[in-house]
Amino acid sequence: MSPEPLLEIAGLVKRFGGFRALDGVSFSLGPGEVLGLVGPNGSGKTTCINVISGLYAPDGGEMRFAGRPLGGNAMHRRARLGINRTFQSPRPFASLSVRQNVELAAFYGHAEGPRADIPALLASLDLDSLAPRRAEDLNSAQQKLLDLARALATAPRLLLVDELAAGLNPAELARMAERLRALARGGMALLVVEHLLGFLESVTDRVIVMNAGREIFEGDLSAAVRHPEVVRVFLGSDHAG
Amino acid sequence: MPRAARDFLRVGVPVVLLFALLPLFYQNELLLFNFVLFLILTQGLNAVYGFTGYLPFGYVGFFGAGAYGFALAVMHLAAPPLLALLLAGLAGVVLGLILTPLLRLSGAYFAIANLAAAQMVYQIIANPALADITKGPYGVSLASVFAPRASYAVALVILAFVLGLVAWLRHGRFGLALQAMRDDPVSAAMAGIPVLRGRVVAWLLSALIAGLAGGVFAWHISVFYPETAFDISISIFAIVFTLFGGAATLTGPIAGVLVLYGLYNVIGISVPQYFQLIYGALIVGLVLFLPRGFASLLSRRGIDVP
Repeated sequence: MSPEPLLEIAGLVKRFGGFRALDGVSFSLGPGEVLGLVGPNGSGKTTCINVISGLYAPDGGEMRFAGRPLGGNAMHRRARLGINRTFQSPRPFASLSVRQNVELAAFYGHAEGPRADIPALLASLDLDSLAPRRAEDLNSAQQKLLDLARALATAPRLLLVDELAAGLNPAELARMAERLRALARGGMALLVVEHLLGFLESVTDRVIVMNAGREIFEGDLSAAVRHPEVVRVFLGSDHAG
Repeated sequence: MPRAARDFLRVGVPVVLLFALLPLFYQNELLLFNFVLFLILTQGLNAVYGFTGYLPFGYVGFFGAGAYGFALAVMHLAAPPLLALLLAGLAGVVLGLILTPLLRLSGAYFAIANLAAAQMVYQIIANPALADITKGPYGVSLASVFAPRASYAVALVILAFVLGLVAWLRHGRFGLALQAMRDDPVSAAMAGIPVLRGRVVAWLLSALIAGLAGGVFAWHISVFYPETAFDISISIFAIVFTLFGGAATLTGPIAGVLVLYGLYNVIGISVPQYFQLIYGALIVGLVLFLPRGFASLLSRRGIDVP
């Protein structure tokens, strides 16, 4: 039985001009749950994260977080409520040090509870030796870890992960999957947008498959890959049926 | 010792001491005062441009508002100079508050709108119909409070305050948050930083500094006209000095003032039109090719520039 939902999304719509990037998306996510979000490019996965994190205002639908409506909260307020995210292309504070990046997030984003243990957090992501370096001097894999460290420094209850695995080698993928599983075991809810299905499979078995702003499948990843419409969307109509 | 305090002691204190002692050896006190004025204004500009990325071409508007805030307080309220100076700072802040919506713009649009706003304030002050209040285009005379020694000393106090403020912005948490949102406002917001509020605070601090500078300027020269207090070259000079040395550092704007304003006074004063041309071209060149100024040439080589 799934626990009381932390995030409830109902009929979410986001339009860009005439293009419906999200066309009535609904799902819910409880503490400690991991939900994968997959689909072709342009299917609305990142838009979904952008709307939940407050970067875009939705054009319709409802979002509730911990039982309260989420709409109307600016991004920095959502961070303080316990929602955080990583970015598909890392967005560090380039001119600041790695440590300063994380310290700022811990201070400003961490509304309640104990302050994050920053040295331990950096060490857990192999960033401890890079702590004094300027973020712009890191390579992009390291910047992705910094994105994650900054998000975790705010002690989120809901973490939105946008293609964290891209560019990682197999050993790093395995460690990243274990990190995400550990966060979920600690009670964090995770929404994971991912192209690498193998990686996703090692983190969760529950996925939503999106196409053209709609959900076309929700359930087990193993069932998804046999679902005719999912196969058609990913591989073309010749392979379906 | 905190880094902000260390930078202030290493950089700020020597600069203030230098300009406190120079009048003992050098007679042209007005020139020294102008140096101090630009040292203040460039750090004020630094507070908003260096830490938020907004480049206000109409920065002189706050300076003019401060100068007239001082003048009006003396003329109509018979305020003593220090009180009038506080009201000058307040005038800068009030104008800053009125112009806060400009922060919704960015880049060139912000720069142009801000320039237009400064021009509007100038036109209001210089309007002959308001001559009973502002003396309009005929200028103000504040002979009753004229005290060049005292105003020079107060300018040094303001300079010390401003240098301390920028040293704190560079290393203190609030200033780091400003730098974070300058680097990336989206991820700054996601880190919980209230981006809009941060920008407004930096903007108002910058306006306060220019207002104080305008006030102490009015006190020091005591006779001036609207076109003196709202002279666009004040903006241009402050911008080029800041960009030249390097915004977001403490030493960059100081170096910019000492080098470029020094050059201007040594060889440029007889041909000011060429210098305006050269400095205009220099702004374009710096923005395009060296946006972080000459300080960045050092910091790129791993040298820590305070």
